[in-house]
Amino acid sequence: MKRFALVFWFVCAVCEFGTVSRAYGHGFAGARFFPATLSTEDPFVSDELSLPTVSTIRTPDDGGTRETDISVDIAKRITPQFGIEIGETFTALNSHEGRASNGFENLQLGGKYQILKNGPHEAIVSLGLGVEVGGTGSSSVGADSFSTWTPGIFFGKGFGDLPDALRFFKPLAITGVASIEIPTSASTRTVTLNEVTGAREIEIERHPNVLQWGFALEYSIIYLEEQVKDIGLRAPFDRLIPLVEFPLETPLDRGQGGQTTGTINPGLIWAGKYFQVGAEAMIPVNSCTGSNVGVIAQLHFFVDDLFPHSIGRPLFGGNR
Amino acid sequence: MKRTIVSFLLIVLAGAARLDAHAFLKRVEPAVGSTVQTSPAEVRIWFAENIEPAFSSIRVFDASGKEVDKRDVHLDRSDHALLHVSLPQLGAGTYKVVWRVVSVDTHTTNGNFTFRVGR
Repeated sequence: MKRFALVFWFVCAVCEFGTVSRAYGHGFAGARFFPATLSTEDPFVSDELSLPTVSTIRTPDDGGTRETDISVDIAKRITPQFGIEIGETFTALNSHEGRASNGFENLQLGGKYQILKNGPHEAIVSLGLGVEVGGTGSSSVGADSFSTWTPGIFFGKGFGDLPDALRFFKPLAITGVASIEIPTSASTRTVTLNEVTGAREIEIERHPNVLQWGFALEYSIIYLEEQVKDIGLRAPFDRLIPLVEFPLETPLDRGQGGQTTGTINPGLIWAGKYFQVGAEAMIPVNSCTGSNVGVIAQLHFFVDDLFPHSIGRPLFGGNR
Repeated sequence: MKRTIVSFLLIVLAGAARLDAHAFLKRVEPAVGSTVQTSPAEVRIWFAENIEPAFSSIRVFDASGKEVDKRDVHLDRSDHALLHVSLPQLGAGTYKVVWRVVSVDTHTTNGNFTFRVGR
């Protein structure tokens, strides 16, 4: 943790003092800058690169398994309102009994279309469709042999339109997502040979449709300093966004309906001109999720600000 | 893998020093949310990037919504990231500043804030 803190401040220092001017990023609705959230998908269609996102948490599987994920995600605008995404995750599992396995998860592909953007009310709504491509990952880390489709709706809303009497609440904003994971296979049959009896045993694993839902509540010091009240904070503190994320999921059917799992993730994002860094704790919401606190951290690049005249532009339709 | 990531970061950070991005508010006079005792002669906003003046504006409104600035928004001669707009003698009250700028790489940003002229 101490090493991470040193890296965090080093990165902030390079950004602040190593560039010709101060650092700022992107993700806008009117005067509102929304950062890219770490644990719940944000509603923006943009040119971005998350490299890497690292998380680790102990899950209740097999009496307690440490799961560590390292992932990369790339998003590219095709038009100003429509973008595509591709992501891949490397997972390492270390069980309580000492068994270890690692490998790649299934490839993730997606598309997102922004259907509403309202500047004065700092609001945005997008529709998306994702697919986890079955059979592209390693079964040793639980990658499914079948594909899963995930249609969803994403939203963001800043509170900058509150009356001036509530001006110190204006830096608040919320983003959220609701989507349904629809597996293309309702169940998987696994046939094993009982070494003692010699009999065949058939295990059927059901794959329910799953409601993925979550939201992020954030308080932007950037917004406070630029739109509400200059309280005199200086770099790097004037670029911080404290937030709490709630990534949750609830199976809907096939004998597993209703059992919500997920985490509550309080954390901090520092947003610069070309990239942001963030870290959150992952606190399980119930015993089904686990009992140990995990950590997630991310380095995220704003490709449209890094390369505004080339790969940071939409392929069609200009740069708006 | 680690070396590749570190190399990528160094390239990006080195390249970033020569690039442009969204022009955000860097400093303001009068300060955001402040109270000044005398009427300021102008509003000055320093941005993080050089500005395209033809597509940029600063407008100042009084509490009734009437525009009170002298509509002479102009770029500073020596600092192309600094935008000025002149003000007449303002009476006591709260004033809203609404700005919208386009940076030299065509990114658009906007915002607003208030300041107060006291007695």
